[in-house]
Amino acid sequence: MAELHEPNLALHVEDLTVSYQSKPVLWDIDFDVPPGVMAAIVGPNGAGKSTLIKSVLGLVPVVAGHVTLFGRPYKDQRRRVGYVPQRSSVDWDFPTTALDVVTMGLYGRLGWLKRPGRRERQEAMQALEKVGMQDFAQRQISQLSGGQQQRVFLARALVQNADVYFLDEPMAGVDATTEKAIVDILRRLRDEGKTVIVVHHDLQTVRTYFDWLLLLNVRVVAQGEVGDVYTAANLRKAYGGQIALLDESAFLPPQERDVPVTEKLP
Amino acid sequence: MTMLDWLQDYTIQNVVIGAALLGLISGVLGSFAVLRKQSLLGDTLSHAALPGVCIGFIIAGTRNMGSILLGALVSGALAALLMLVLTRNSRLKTDAGLGITLSTFFALGVVLLTYIQGMNNASQGGLDSFLFGQAAATLRSDLWIMGGITVAALGLVALLWKEFKLVSFDPGFAASLGLPVVWLDVLLTVMIALAVVVGLQMVGVVLMAAMVIAPAVAARQWSHRLEGMVTLAAVIGVSGGIFGALLSALSRGLATGPLIILSVSSVVLVSLLFAPERGFVWEAVRLRRSRRRLRYQQVLTTLYQLAAAHADSTYRSGQGMIDTYHGISTQRALHKLHRRGYVVHHAPPPEEPNTAGQWVLTPAGLSEAERILESLGREEL
Repeated sequence: MAELHEPNLALHVEDLTVSYQSKPVLWDIDFDVPPGVMAAIVGPNGAGKSTLIKSVLGLVPVVAGHVTLFGRPYKDQRRRVGYVPQRSSVDWDFPTTALDVVTMGLYGRLGWLKRPGRRERQEAMQALEKVGMQDFAQRQISQLSGGQQQRVFLARALVQNADVYFLDEPMAGVDATTEKAIVDILRRLRDEGKTVIVVHHDLQTVRTYFDWLLLLNVRVVAQGEVGDVYTAANLRKAYGGQIALLDESAFLPPQERDVPVTEKLP
Repeated sequence: MTMLDWLQDYTIQNVVIGAALLGLISGVLGSFAVLRKQSLLGDTLSHAALPGVCIGFIIAGTRNMGSILLGALVSGALAALLMLVLTRNSRLKTDAGLGITLSTFFALGVVLLTYIQGMNNASQGGLDSFLFGQAAATLRSDLWIMGGITVAALGLVALLWKEFKLVSFDPGFAASLGLPVVWLDVLLTVMIALAVVVGLQMVGVVLMAAMVIAPAVAARQWSHRLEGMVTLAAVIGVSGGIFGALLSALSRGLATGPLIILSVSSVVLVSLLFAPERGFVWEAVRLRRSRRRLRYQQVLTTLYQLAAAHADSTYRSGQGMIDTYHGISTQRALHKLHRRGYVVHHAPPPEEPNTAGQWVLTPAGLSEAERILESLGREEL
């Protein structure tokens, strides 16, 4: 058996470059995530945060570089990966129910020609319960609020029963209750030993929610444990002049941190 | 001609069966096209079929249905491919790409059509019927081709149901699961091209787009599940096709294709107006109701807040005051509240020049006002 490339890393990205019409969107990215952490990908608009996730999942063509998950390329590891796309990437007026959307998470396991049956619906229902949406199972998805739609998407990733989860801006445009519910679920996944990688837009909450951080602006600005990376100098490097808009208090240690970062990491 | 003769008429039978097949295939595939925001794709494919029809005729040298339909399919598929290449490799947006491909291919088709007409070929007769369709020319052998295509397309949709559903709803997620999204895309597009080919003879290239879009749009108004929508679109397509065909048979001389389109379109009109939850009428009624409810809730909470401001639950609010506060006459809203027992009316006191009287909240009114404010999160207090 061939030797595995970086098998001890949940995600290993090396020399990755992506370009749209000869303009680089991601340039020479080296990015590693150890298993069992909750990692944030943070950067200004147009930094390539979503593109990074999509190129890892093979959804956009890469110009150079390679990606492995636990030592193997993505196409051999699909069943170990769960994905939550941006909520705005689909048309929520599509004629279907919340339960049906969650069931779609099982299509990969079902394979061609097989139809989802009672067992699949049960699993989907359990995932809906985990995100507190069991009462909305038969609801037309267009009738759900933004936060409820996001929970349905999260439930669809939960039924994938993956080891590594990629989430694209799951906290964008949702209410405070949903944000808290989502963070709780993600923490539970991490505590079960799964790796959670999140594109995040809110600098204020980075230190409270996450224990691993990638600062991105087309190139990698900094990466590592959130306590080491989240510094004024790094943020200024990533955001340039926009950092002036940030509240100075954002750099002070948080008053209350739900889970101390140092305790979580070996 | 009696009713029985009429139904046994060979031509009418052909036309009715053909129209039903067309309605079936375009209803089912049109649903996916509409949901994937590719309504215009049907239009492009059908217009782009015209040069194929002409080239098929030129190669066969006669009006051979097989070569004509094959030509139509090939040039339709070429147009779709060109559109994909244009939009993927340039900054052209999909609508512009579709528009350019549509008009270029159609222009080429019309040029070829006039070229053929200049050839003085005796068998060219009726080739321009592909523009608007000529249902009466449908032969039994054409029906076999149409039927075969329809069965094949429906079989594929049934087999790949969940894949087509996921690719239509969330192509990014489908790709992350490893589904060959591009090939499923191509397959759906080719099948829509096949549906267009089926309809060329009946309704022609110009009106075919309506046959793809209309049943799906109408069905979407009534159904909340993809299963229901596709089934209903098929039913609407089939019945619209049969109805239009019969109508044209009854009134000899009126064109069949346009009548089919008109029957289907009238279903669209009715659906857009009256479908529950999504129809215009439903929407208008709901808006009016909620506006009225809002008005009387506002008046009720105004009374409550006036009473609260005076620390007197039996405070008498003058009607003039309430009118002034809301900037309009609140007479109707107050009478509605009165009928529900939320307020009582007092005659104006003699020392005031007020003419309209005063209103006092009842205990029921008080608790209703509190309930409304509670549900607003007491933001207004």
